[in-house]
Amino acid sequence: MADLVKLVEEKEGGDRSKTPSFKAGDTVNVHVKIREGNKERVQQFQGVVIQRRGKGTNGETFTVRKISNGVGVERIFPILSPSISKIEVLKVGKVRRAKLYYMRGRQGKAARIKEKL
Amino acid sequence: MTSVFGPEGESIACTVIQAGPCVVTQVKNPETDGYRAVQLAYGDKKEKHSNKAEIGHFKKAGTGPKREVVEFRDFRKEFEGKVELGAQITVQDVFTVGDYVDAVGISKGKGFQGVVKRHGFGGVGEQTHGQHNRLRAPGSMGNASFASRVMKGKRLAGRMGGDRVKITNLRVLRILPEENVIVVSGSVPGAKNSTVILVK
Repeated sequence: MADLVKLVEEKEGGDRSKTPSFKAGDTVNVHVKIREGNKERVQQFQGVVIQRRGKGTNGETFTVRKISNGVGVERIFPILSPSISKIEVLKVGKVRRAKLYYMRGRQGKAARIKEKL
Repeated sequence: MTSVFGPEGESIACTVIQAGPCVVTQVKNPETDGYRAVQLAYGDKKEKHSNKAEIGHFKKAGTGPKREVVEFRDFRKEFEGKVELGAQITVQDVFTVGDYVDAVGISKGKGFQGVVKRHGFGGVGEQTHGQHNRLRAPGSMGNASFASRVMKGKRLAGRMGGDRVKITNLRVLRILPEENVIVVSGSVPGAKNSTVILVK
């Protein structure tokens, strides 16, 4: 049975090589396809990755957090989602945690992340 | 269970099921049996684990002994010509992507469970029905001097799970014809590797 699940996951998995490698602390720009009626357009969501979860499965997701008009906004994307057209890694952050939940309590200067050079 | 993406890019939780190939081991018709039905068998088992009656029954269909035998009553007209003794039934013969199917299986055994888990009682959060300070107690047993007994069928703690459960309207998301594998939305009753019956 586990083999059957693996089989389906391999078939449905798509091309993982297209997604760049990034982890928590990195700043990314996600291009999301949005369908409005018959029209399709691309929306960008730029922010800091605060977590990646479900590694090794097709259900792997990552959470991007940004501050929009002074309000914190988080969006969760499935890594293999067909509606993501592109992920750009803008900055590689230097962090000591895999999950940056502490970012939720921070604003402005305190919410900066050191850049890995 | 795993997940696949739908046409709108949404993630759908799904179950992967090995569906066949099944063998028709008996076709019942109104003349000889009084009703119309088809008997399907799935999964090989050893001859030493079968009795002579079983071996003889499967021999008639021209196959070895099988583990699971299920009868489907009053099957659809479209299968009338297809089901003959000994015929192999594969996934594509019955299901196509987008169909809605029912899954029947034996649910996982939960052991001896209290009323909150077993019957969905509210516990101490309920203001009435004799609730007091014991968090997950069943509360009142019923009436007082009239009747002076607990009514039959009063829902109480006891063995839960291990029942025959039917989950209806699961959508067929994918079909892999080479492997006879079907992917349906949502969950199906029973433990991993257990048998489920899929009805269209």
